[in-house]
Amino acid sequence: MTVSNHNWRKFKNAFMQTLTFVCAILVVLPLVLVFYHLVKEGFSALNWNFFTKLPKAVGEHGGGMVNAIAGTFILLLQAAIFGVPIGVLGGVYLSEYGGSKLNWWIRFAADILNGVPSITWGVVVYGLLVVPMHGPSALAGGIVLGMMMIPLVMRTTEEVLQLVPGGYREAAMALGIAKWKTTVQIVIRTALKGIVTGVLLALSRVAGETAPLIFTAFGNLGWAHKLTEPIAAMPLLIFNYAISPYDDWHRQAWAGAFVLLMLVLAINVGVRFLTRDRFKQKA
Amino acid sequence: MPATPNPATAATGLNFPAGTALTARGLSVHFGRNKVLKEVSIDIAAKAVTAIIGPSGCGKSTFLRALNRMHELNPDARMEGDIRLFGDDIYARGVEPVIVRRRVGMVFQKSNPFPTMSIAENVTVGLRLNGLRDKKLLAERIEQSLQMAALWDEVKDRLNAPAISLSGGQQQRLCIARALAVQPEVLLMDEPASALDPLATQKIEDLIVHLKKDYTIVIVTHNMQQAARSSDYTAFFYLGELIEFGPTAKIFTNPSQKRTEDYVTGRFG
Repeated sequence: MTVSNHNWRKFKNAFMQTLTFVCAILVVLPLVLVFYHLVKEGFSALNWNFFTKLPKAVGEHGGGMVNAIAGTFILLLQAAIFGVPIGVLGGVYLSEYGGSKLNWWIRFAADILNGVPSITWGVVVYGLLVVPMHGPSALAGGIVLGMMMIPLVMRTTEEVLQLVPGGYREAAMALGIAKWKTTVQIVIRTALKGIVTGVLLALSRVAGETAPLIFTAFGNLGWAHKLTEPIAAMPLLIFNYAISPYDDWHRQAWAGAFVLLMLVLAINVGVRFLTRDRFKQKA
Repeated sequence: MPATPNPATAATGLNFPAGTALTARGLSVHFGRNKVLKEVSIDIAAKAVTAIIGPSGCGKSTFLRALNRMHELNPDARMEGDIRLFGDDIYARGVEPVIVRRRVGMVFQKSNPFPTMSIAENVTVGLRLNGLRDKKLLAERIEQSLQMAALWDEVKDRLNAPAISLSGGQQQRLCIARALAVQPEVLLMDEPASALDPLATQKIEDLIVHLKKDYTIVIVTHNMQQAARSSDYTAFFYLGELIEFGPTAKIFTNPSQKRTEDYVTGRFG
């Protein structure tokens, strides 16, 4: 082997290493840029009024989006109540029960649903709920977000349950513990952190959804007093403000986007803390 | 060692000093189209250690799992024949596998204490999940089971520590304690020491010999010395058939079958 050949190989190695590193940076770069921009534009537009006041009419200065912040929480709560039990139990079925053929079809359906454009979900719920109820409502908004969560939560739940070694199931069954108790007390308990993480990722994803809410929650410049009334949501208001021609609304939109990002971050960090490994420090 | 039974008897009908715990007659197990256990008939002595030996794929683990219906966890498994536990047909209509498994416990090759539970919780999990709530009784069982598994002295000061903080050998003894806590009549062990170092293996073997005072033990092992050291009876399986069964001393020193002799002397397997 000649020396020049060796150098050429070294060059190729260094070149590829650099290329992969640059690509890795390119993956992270948008996140950093978005974060930087949101903090720069959004943080400066934040003030106490933003969290306490209702939106002001066009041309009036000030105002906030307290109704949209509350609305997003209400929508997410409904989505979680509706979507998490169905998604988690569906995932448990796929992982612990079900026959392989039926499972294949359920998985296939869930994967397709995960790829359905979010506006389509809005149209579906518009037909299912908004039309029969004669108008958009908070309920329809919550349901559409919940429906979007189901396939996401189901697939992640199934995957984390599959990561639980079969030896734990066998050990429990060999102790004469019934299958459903084994599933709940051993398998789900072992995978709980992963399930919670999956639920959070799904919640974070739907928290920022705008398109399906246009047809369902619709938005509201004031308060929604019942679940059957249209409700404000942060992504909707951000969208409306951002496409408006007013600088004041643009600033509000930045602040809203910043708060939404912080909300998603807070949910993640908070629940991760709550579900932290009981034995981590000692183990 | 029990009194030497009559060496002339066949696979069944040995004279067991403490009686017979399990009898299998014409036991076959299929996985799909694959027949992995072929018409096995054998008696398992009560309060003694029976070792199951044979090369990989000979059906010895399948045999063990048929004894507490664990093979049913595989949906492709199908069983024929008859197994009786102290006279009770464990495959009779209406007999729940869950109940069978409380009477016939099992310890696996890979130690598998539940990672979300403490040492104490692992010991009592079988009792708690079957509805036992009495704190005093649970505490008694924790000590009793850990004593029997020769682990008490090592862990009595840290019962609430995570089970996974124990060493490999301790974890396996914890799994034995966990199986003993539900007070089974028979304890099945599927290569319980094959993943352990020699010292931990020694402890498990001592434990097995100690436990046979109270329990019927069936142990699958790849380790010929282990079978010779710790068992009273040995069954040699090959290609799904029971080739020879008898007192361990006879199987290892004077087997009546050529294939048994070849295997125990290390000529194949």
